[in-house]
Amino acid sequence: MIGLEHYLTVAATLFVIGIFGLFLNRKNVIILLMSIELMLLAVNINLVAFSSFLGDMVGQVFTLFVLTVAAAEAAIGLAILVCFFRNRGTIAVEDVNVMKG
Amino acid sequence: MIAEDLNIILPEIILSAFALVGLLVAVYTTKDKMGGLLVWATAGIFVVLAAWIGMTGEGTRIAFNGMFIEDGFARFAKVTILLSAACVLVMSENYMRTRGLLRFEYPMLVALAAVGMMMMVSAGDLMALYMGLELQSLALYVVASLRRDSVRSTEAGLKYFVLGALSSGLLLYGASLVYGYAGTTLFSGIITTAQGGDTSLGLLFGLVFLIAGLAFKVSAVPFHMWTPDVYEGSPTPVTAFFATAPKVAAMALFARVLHDAFGNAVSDWSQIIALLSVLSMFLGAVAAIGQTDIKRLMAFSSIAHMGYALMGLAAGTAFGVQAMLVYMAIYVTMNVGTFAFILMMQRDGAPVTDIRALNMYAKQNPGRALSMLVLLFSLAGVPPMLGFFGKLYVLRAAYDAGLAWLAIAGVIASVIGAYYYLRIVFYMYFGEEQSEQMDRTGGGVLPVFLTASALIMVLGIINMFGVEGAAQAAAGALVN
Repeated sequence: MIGLEHYLTVAATLFVIGIFGLFLNRKNVIILLMSIELMLLAVNINLVAFSSFLGDMVGQVFTLFVLTVAAAEAAIGLAILVCFFRNRGTIAVEDVNVMKG
Repeated sequence: MIAEDLNIILPEIILSAFALVGLLVAVYTTKDKMGGLLVWATAGIFVVLAAWIGMTGEGTRIAFNGMFIEDGFARFAKVTILLSAACVLVMSENYMRTRGLLRFEYPMLVALAAVGMMMMVSAGDLMALYMGLELQSLALYVVASLRRDSVRSTEAGLKYFVLGALSSGLLLYGASLVYGYAGTTLFSGIITTAQGGDTSLGLLFGLVFLIAGLAFKVSAVPFHMWTPDVYEGSPTPVTAFFATAPKVAAMALFARVLHDAFGNAVSDWSQIIALLSVLSMFLGAVAAIGQTDIKRLMAFSSIAHMGYALMGLAAGTAFGVQAMLVYMAIYVTMNVGTFAFILMMQRDGAPVTDIRALNMYAKQNPGRALSMLVLLFSLAGVPPMLGFFGKLYVLRAAYDAGLAWLAIAGVIASVIGAYYYLRIVFYMYFGEEQSEQMDRTGGGVLPVFLTASALIMVLGIINMFGVEGAAQAAAGALVN
């Protein structure tokens, strides 16, 4: 029997993979965008699992909002990335270093 | 029913309709030639809405089954946000025009960010919170990379985007846990579940993730790493905007979530906020010492100031929230003046951000140097200026709430922090003579903002222009 905790474990694992993808990845900014998407989808699994467990529709409505915003976020991220690539000629993470911080 | 609800969110509707119509009209007609007009129109509508919200609002009104709360607290924050955004817009017009940056998208994006901020401070539900926060953030990512042909500006936008998206993810994960363990996304429902002492572990985890996400938005240590780069890379007027309105909105949202949703579990979050506060104050004070770029310096200064504002929040009392609001109002006023000065730092029409360029500035332009001196003293918290009373307020709130160690740490950090503000004063009055001089004239309306802000810092000590009373009423509406 698959219970709530299984879903939560999967979501937590995906979320942690997403965070590690953000911090350990040294190659490509596109991978950062994928990691962000992974985090948001992990949250969606969480929300849907809770929604079904609680018998409450709010969680699924929340999921739809998150999906919509994630799409907008990806669009803006890619647009900024294209501008950056035009100026810098590369999208390697280690080259995002004109300013030290 | 729906008509009533719509009536309550009328200011937000008007502002978003204005932004959308303005965008369409500009795209279909003269494009960037309308930029100047739209900047003034947007600033005008901000001021009108601020006056309207400030004058007519009364009591607490709730719309959309508790998703949207319009109370004294939200009104105080909205008026501060709108007025500071209007000031920054007017200030940026001249700078952007001379550098060919005055695109019509700029005022429209600021207007949309303002709608998001108004949503944030009025949020009564995790969904409303998330949507407001994202509307604000997405607009700000684009504004940060407004200078499309500059590596620095696009890099600032990229860094802001990646770290901002990470923080949204953290916040959202927290929201999902809170939803799961409280069974509702409404703040009014969460507060009945989260009773002090027996908060469930899942709810506590959700709270910690929520706090981490919000700490990113107010750039509190250890979630501050984006701030210096974004401040340095963005065009200066945009930096001025980042340093004012979004900070107020994020801080107000912080207070809203902690008190409206977790007001019964103060002991659970008070220590976390106190830790964020003390780390921010010290890192802001110490890391700014080695900076020579004034925009980077202001970034660390804002980190330190957020630490003080969080101190008011850590107190967990109505007086703490009042202190936080007073502090934010003073902080925003100081920053508007300081950035007016930074925008005027030019040599042969090109912007200068190195603080060593200010050597003997007092001899070249005594009036501006004196205003800046007042503002820097105020930022450092030197007694006769208003900035000192802001600090006094939060220190008292922390002390009254039994956080004496936090108050003492705040005093120590402010002494360390005074060094780098006074160093600029030193350069301006006692620095080395230099052959190259800064531009004396120009700036349009900027000297007005600089002088007005400096005057407020001096004259405000009489009665703070009534901000105290308004903040008290606002805090009373939030904490009860």
